[in-house]
Amino acid sequence: MSQSFKIRKGVDIRLQGEAGKNINPTPSISEFAVKPPDFHGLTPKMLVKIGERVKAGSSLFIDKYNAKIKFASPVSGEVTDIVRGAKRRILEVRIKADSTQEYESFSSINPQTATREEVIEALLNAGMWPFVRQRPFSIVANPEDQPKSIHVSCFDSAPLATDIEFALKDEMDNFAVGIEALKKLANGKNVNLGVRAGSSAFNTIQGVNIAAFSGPHPAGNVGVQIHKIDPINKGESVWYVDAQDVANIGRMFSTGKVMLRKTIALAGSEMSNTGYCQITMGAHVASLVGSLPEGTRLISGDVLTGTQIEANGYLGWYENMLTAIPEGTEPQFMLTKGWLGPGLDKFSVSRAFPTWLMPKSKKWNLNTNQNGEERAFVVTGQYEKVFPFDIYPVHLLKAIIVNDIDAMEKLGIYEVAPEDFALCEYACTSKIPVQSIVRKGLDVIKEECA
Amino acid sequence: MKALRKLIDNNIRPHFEEGGKLKRFWVVFDSLDTFAFVPGHTTHSGAHIRDGIDMKRTMMMVIIALIPCLLFGTWNIGHQYLLGMGAVSSGDPLMSMFWEKFGWGATRILPLLVVSYGVGLGIEFLFAGLRKHSINEGFLVSGMLIPLIVPADISLWMVGLATAFAVVIGKEVFGGTGMNIVNVALTARAFLFFAYPTKISGNVWLMANEGDTFADGYTGATAMGELANTIGQPVGGNGTASIRAMFSDSGAYSLWNQFVGLEPGSIGETSALACLIGAAILLFVGIASWRVMASFFVGGFVMAFIFNSFPANDFMAIPPIHQLMMGGFFFGMVFMATDPVTAAQTNTGKFIYGFFAGFFSIMIRVFNPAYPEGVMMAILFMNVMAPMIDHYVIQANIKKRLKRAAVAA
Repeated sequence: MSQSFKIRKGVDIRLQGEAGKNINPTPSISEFAVKPPDFHGLTPKMLVKIGERVKAGSSLFIDKYNAKIKFASPVSGEVTDIVRGAKRRILEVRIKADSTQEYESFSSINPQTATREEVIEALLNAGMWPFVRQRPFSIVANPEDQPKSIHVSCFDSAPLATDIEFALKDEMDNFAVGIEALKKLANGKNVNLGVRAGSSAFNTIQGVNIAAFSGPHPAGNVGVQIHKIDPINKGESVWYVDAQDVANIGRMFSTGKVMLRKTIALAGSEMSNTGYCQITMGAHVASLVGSLPEGTRLISGDVLTGTQIEANGYLGWYENMLTAIPEGTEPQFMLTKGWLGPGLDKFSVSRAFPTWLMPKSKKWNLNTNQNGEERAFVVTGQYEKVFPFDIYPVHLLKAIIVNDIDAMEKLGIYEVAPEDFALCEYACTSKIPVQSIVRKGLDVIKEECA
Repeated sequence: MKALRKLIDNNIRPHFEEGGKLKRFWVVFDSLDTFAFVPGHTTHSGAHIRDGIDMKRTMMMVIIALIPCLLFGTWNIGHQYLLGMGAVSSGDPLMSMFWEKFGWGATRILPLLVVSYGVGLGIEFLFAGLRKHSINEGFLVSGMLIPLIVPADISLWMVGLATAFAVVIGKEVFGGTGMNIVNVALTARAFLFFAYPTKISGNVWLMANEGDTFADGYTGATAMGELANTIGQPVGGNGTASIRAMFSDSGAYSLWNQFVGLEPGSIGETSALACLIGAAILLFVGIASWRVMASFFVGGFVMAFIFNSFPANDFMAIPPIHQLMMGGFFFGMVFMATDPVTAAQTNTGKFIYGFFAGFFSIMIRVFNPAYPEGVMMAILFMNVMAPMIDHYVIQANIKKRLKRAAVAA
């Protein structure tokens, strides 16, 4: 089965510092961390103490409210630190890796012949269930639920994004096994692969619905793909897994070992060694990125939805790239660089800068300056240009701001996640923090549903 | 610029910060500071990069688009005056006595701008100070619009009063820019219209000195002021022949004169040409909605076409395009109806809103002789209706979603 969709609304922001298709030599990394805040809404309950030894695949912590959901250690070694923040919230569980890795052994089962319960059990035990996430709310899925479909986005359209086909090119066997496991989870419902139109890399995968998407970002967002293929209604849930994590799941079923590998992109105008890197998840990033110039922002993830990390931080659980862009702390004089200036260096979704007349292939060096101050909503029709959902974004946001749960439901909050609004946030004239508003709305709804 | 920045940060800013002598004027300092320098604020949540556009740039684009209307209006004040005094005749080249005309107009328009901006921004600063938020850029445009939609002979104190009313009652009571229900500039004009109807009824809109006497045959009335006299008289009747003549190709209100704007009227509205240049700028930079403009034009044209097809008097009989060239139709279409805050906000809603605003503009203009122009009323009315239009557009979306859920269940 195959479908094709054309996304018309959106924009590709072309930034400098694209990762070339070369695999950088992987430096030896000995420090790793799993960060509970990567799993939104999770209250972790620790299973290990500082100084304790763990194997790759040992559970580090569980979900306090759903003890079945365990979180695996990506490596074997010693737990060196549990970093806590305000109110003793656990921020990082750090592990110093052994030089030779030991693996927790799980029985390798064939997902094709196993039952659905066995597959779920295996993923839960191995601490790999958190790879399976759900919409609504964009959180770790509840293993008791029956999703109405499962989605895997097989391309990333965000600025400078990882080329997932390139990252998976030696992993297609594991990917195929992982898909078999997802088919079991789907329990007869569709498993959908969202692929870039014209790509044939996933044609060998059998028994799935391949949906080809063309058009600008956010065509690669799984939320957009779900909305087009099988939109979510109130009371339903849809599961989704990142493409590289499907391969991780497949590897676990084939080998019986938890080997959490990823090929990540290093990109951005400030990154000196752009390219791809094969790493184990949760890796310390310092040796990957090398030296960064003063005044650089390092982001775990892409520039629209990623998280800012320190140069000695760790890669996020669901992220598959590191981006380095300049900070924009310099005030801009109005006539030269500011709002009255010619603005030849300002990329804009609007046409208020002459840059929209420049060739589409031009690559931009954008910094983190907000380019203005926060204001009330004034300009209309702006979000709609970059938001390919059949949803009124501003009205949904206003419903969230005034905490009108009924309106939020009616306006389609179940179908969206903060990342789907990232381009709206980018394009906003009023500099409204759109993604955090959406997250707040989802939290309120989740609270109500519970 | 680094030096200036340093001077501000080291020597000026501390006086306005907490503990400084001028703390209560922080809003003033902050707005001027952010006016001169886009602050070095970096993103702290969500997307790490942001679009180059901000509110200041947006508003600036509208002001740039208003410049053709402003310049033409300035010249036209002088042109109409000299025409009225008999110093030039309508047959003279338009460029004759250019600087006399422009200078005369400037003596009129500059005080109006000063009063409008002075009063409006003064109140904005006051409210921003009281509410402890930064100055919003909305009034930069409103302050320019207000002088352009009043007659040249209006008293300055009236403009000041109307501006104060519009900013306080039209905007600040709702929470400031972005929260208002009706267009601020039109609120000011509506205030003038109802408070001082004799000043704004379109009979004599000519800026003149006291004691000046008009040249023979020059009435200084607007086209619609003249046409109002035809109401109640048969189409093509003898009593209205002189008025019909004014709208012929050689008359004072010929299609060409009205397109270029060579007629008395509110300062910025007379020239359809200048408005269309403004429209071109706004559409090129994508600030104003083409949906509103296009549907506004279509709505006006449809109404004018209907009137023209079934005329009951000479006002209705005016050909549709000529009807649209008159008065403030184009100015309203380009600069008033497109105000994003008060227009419909959904794309579908914009078509409906624009169509009816244009439709009612012509209807009110022709059917209600008490209002010599209908554009202001029509847009204000549709401003009020816009949330309802959006409501139904959104309800349709909600129904679609509920239906989908029902099918799935």
